[in-house]
Amino acid sequence: MMYRIVEKRDLTDVTKLFVVDAPMVARRVQAGHFVILRCSEEGERIPITVADFDREAGTVTVVIQEVGKTSAAINDLAEGDSFVDFVGPLGQVAPMREDGHVVCVGGGFGVAPVLPVAKELRSRGVEVTSIIGARTQDLVILQDEMEAASDQLYLCSDDGSCGFHGFVTQQLEELIQSGTHIDEVVAVGPMVMMKATAEVTEPHGLKTWVSLDPIMVDGTGMCGVCRVTVGGELKFACVDGPFFDAHEVDYEEALKRNKMYQREERLAYDMYKENRHECRRGGAVSG
Amino acid sequence: MVESNRWKKTPMREQSAEERVNNFDEVPFGYSEEEAMAEAERCLGCKVPFCEQGCPVEVPIKQFIQDLKDNDPAKAAQTIWSTNTLPAICGRVCPQEEQCELQCVLAKKGEPVGIGRLERYVADWAMERGLDAESPAERKGHRVAVVGSGPAGLTAAGDLARMGYDVTVFEALHVPGGVLMYGIPEFRLPKALVQEEIENLSKAGVDIQTNVVVGTSITVDELLEDEGYAAVFIGSGAGLPKFLGMPGENLLGVYSANEYLTRLNLMKAFKFPEVDTPVKVGKRVAVIGAGNTAMDAARTSLRAGAEEVHVVYRRSEKEMTARVEEYHHAIEEGVQFHWLNNPVAFLGDDDGWLRGMECIKMELGEPDDSGRARPVAIEGSEFEFQVETAILALGTSPNPLVPSHTPGLETEFWGGIITDEDSGATSREGVFAGGDVVTGAATVIQAMGAGKNAANAIDRYISERFGS
Ligand SMILES: Cc1cc2nc3c(=O)[nH]c(=O)nc-3n(C[C@H](O)[C@H](O)[C@H](O)COP(=O)(O)OP(=O)(O)OC[C@H]3O[C@@H](n4cnc5c(N)ncnc54)[C@H](O)[C@@H]3O)c2cc1C
Ligand SMILES: Cc1cc2nc3c(=O)[nH]c(=O)nc-3n(C[C@H](O)[C@H](O)[C@H](O)COP(=O)(O)OP(=O)(O)OC[C@H]3O[C@@H](n4cnc5c(N)ncnc54)[C@H](O)[C@@H]3O)c2cc1C
Ligand code: SF4
Ligand code: SF4
Ligand code: FES
Repeated sequence: MMYRIVEKRDLTDVTKLFVVDAPMVARRVQAGHFVILRCSEEGERIPITVADFDREAGTVTVVIQEVGKTSAAINDLAEGDSFVDFVGPLGQVAPMREDGHVVCVGGGFGVAPVLPVAKELRSRGVEVTSIIGARTQDLVILQDEMEAASDQLYLCSDDGSCGFHGFVTQQLEELIQSGTHIDEVVAVGPMVMMKATAEVTEPHGLKTWVSLDPIMVDGTGMCGVCRVTVGGELKFACVDGPFFDAHEVDYEEALKRNKMYQREERLAYDMYKENRHECRRGGAVSG
Repeated sequence: MVESNRWKKTPMREQSAEERVNNFDEVPFGYSEEEAMAEAERCLGCKVPFCEQGCPVEVPIKQFIQDLKDNDPAKAAQTIWSTNTLPAICGRVCPQEEQCELQCVLAKKGEPVGIGRLERYVADWAMERGLDAESPAERKGHRVAVVGSGPAGLTAAGDLARMGYDVTVFEALHVPGGVLMYGIPEFRLPKALVQEEIENLSKAGVDIQTNVVVGTSITVDELLEDEGYAAVFIGSGAGLPKFLGMPGENLLGVYSANEYLTRLNLMKAFKFPEVDTPVKVGKRVAVIGAGNTAMDAARTSLRAGAEEVHVVYRRSEKEMTARVEEYHHAIEEGVQFHWLNNPVAFLGDDDGWLRGMECIKMELGEPDDSGRARPVAIEGSEFEFQVETAILALGTSPNPLVPSHTPGLETEFWGGIITDEDSGATSREGVFAGGDVVTGAATVIQAMGAGKNAANAIDRYISERFGS
């Protein structure tokens, strides 16, 4: 069984969207679930959140940001290519309210994982305010989709090239300060952003969820590499999460654990980029 | 000419310890034809072959050895396959000394017949020639789903297919085999061989679907109600690793044995950067625990580049649960053993990397519930132990994923699925279970025995319920 890419879209230079033929995953997936995929026989198993799905067409959408070798290799795939493995849905469904007002915060590629959460909340009649951001305008992704899935959308950029000039967390702080009633916050993005979000909401006693992204291998609770400390307890993010109470997470530990293979990751990425270059040069000569 | 010795097993040649620590190749070479014949000659062909009572899948041992003596290894292979779908695997990893060989009459006065070695010889012989088990009986027109492709699931699948059922195996990982693929290392059980033995099952009509997590990709209820399976066998194993809750357990460099072995076996991390999955093996490695998994982690570490490997165990050598053969192999290869030492904390540096372990010396006290002497800490005997990598091999428990998504499926407090011992029937009609998910971590052949019993019970269930 191969998992064919039926559509590929460039969201930014380093972030690509793939619609993948994966009927088994599409059938049962819900907001918050992720998949584990591999793009080649010698490839690593990496976890990626499901950004959207179409049960009837049997397809699942994922958005992948290039940060290392595997994500680069994936982003070099084209329409018609296939993933060799694509397993899921994995993890717990995102925590969902039935009413009230929820703020969805997405930073960088994290906009993709919050999109299905925002959609689902809205379809349940919850008021959804979204705050999405990126370093600069060119890196903002899925703005239209988020706009459609939210009652209000705030756009932020670190450099002020679009929307609010500052971090998503600053925008969130402003929103809270303005006195708007908020019931819950859901934040997905780089770990430092999620940690900062937790710091913003904690003094206000505002319930906040984050989606952790530790290193994973199997995704079924078998290896324990994805262990995180939440509320002083050992949790496996792949089966107990990935969503956890933002005020209970030991971020320092999680940040350190994600650096376990930094050296190896750099080596693999450099080798890949070197080859990618060669391929392109080779291609130019023969073509 | 290889002479057979009445009281001693025909020795099996193996790679020397110095050589083998530098490669991942299989350690024992297997018998030559001459050696196999010499060993077969030792069998007395007992009227009542006690050996067979020691085998959980009832291999017709006396008969297959007779086939060998008759110089008909092809027939020997069919004889073995009549009850055992995975003989190349069993011949290598069964704890024969506690099973078939323990019961062999020769064991009373000398060494038993090398039943495992002969089984391996026959299976390898047949595999080299591309022989298959005889094809299945006529189709029954019923479908059975199997969850998990470890030895329990594969055996149930193979037996059911041979009875004429249409069997689909659902496996969560990207390759089938369970612990045979991700846990037991290449140098004990070559992965190509496992795949070939599984390939034979596919030829017998078993459909194996990888990348399906039963419970989340599809539920047991859906299999029964929507997908038209008449029965489901759950063989999802005991994959959940235990942690101790010790300070520093989440430091970088502390692995569960499952993660460590999965990276190295399943993902072939020893080939990094040729493959994409990395692993970090420090110069000094500590393995905590003393079962088969600990031996595998220790011996794998040597091959993956560790300079020193220390097995640290809070009980004594006597209470160790690893197979004696593997323990000896580990000693020969230079693994160092520290009995009666209990780690109490992992020590880290500022960046969160493991730099050492604090241990405390133990002495043996009164026997505990399991009948084994209980280790008691000797106060004030704490000491530090410098290591860069620590591997926790503390045992595993049944993975809760399937039970938690299957309403009405009853489990023990420790997670094991509750079954009727003979049939594997669970609290849910049409749902059977066996192997490590029922017993907790056990052995390959016990899992296979459970798969076989359940296959028979499923056949009876379907015949009664749906007619055949
Ligand atoms: C539950 C879960 C869901 C995820 N969902 C998505 C998703 O929808 N889209 C997506 O692009 N990624 C997602 N990730 C992260 C993704 O799995 C990693 O980016 C991927 O494994 C990187 O592999 P690589 O070989 O390309 O990079 P590696 O070589 O493994 O990593 C390269 C460097 O990037 C850093 N890094 C890793 N992950 C991230 C990250 N998320 N953001 C910034 N830096 C990172 C690493 O620490 C490392 O230093 C998710 C992770 C988890 C656990
Ligand atoms: C390192 C190590 C060394 C060992 N050495 C020996 C030895 O020398 N001799 C011996 O006899 N025994 C040995 N054992 C024990 C032996 O391997 C196990 O007892 C045996 O594999 C159990 O078989 P099983 O079929 O019950 O489960 P497993 O082999 O664990 O297989 C279960 C399978 O189910 C899959 N699965 C789990 N959940 C799901 C799901 N929800 N959906 C789909 N699939 C799922 C898993 O991915 C796995 O492939 C060893 C074990 C380990 C870990
Ligand atoms: S399957 Fe195992 S127990 Fe049975 S005869 Fe073979 S080696 Fe012995
Ligand atoms: S008990 Fe030993 S000697 Fe007797 S048939 Fe079995 S293997 Fe042969
Ligand atoms: S990824 Fe292996 S247990 Fe979570």
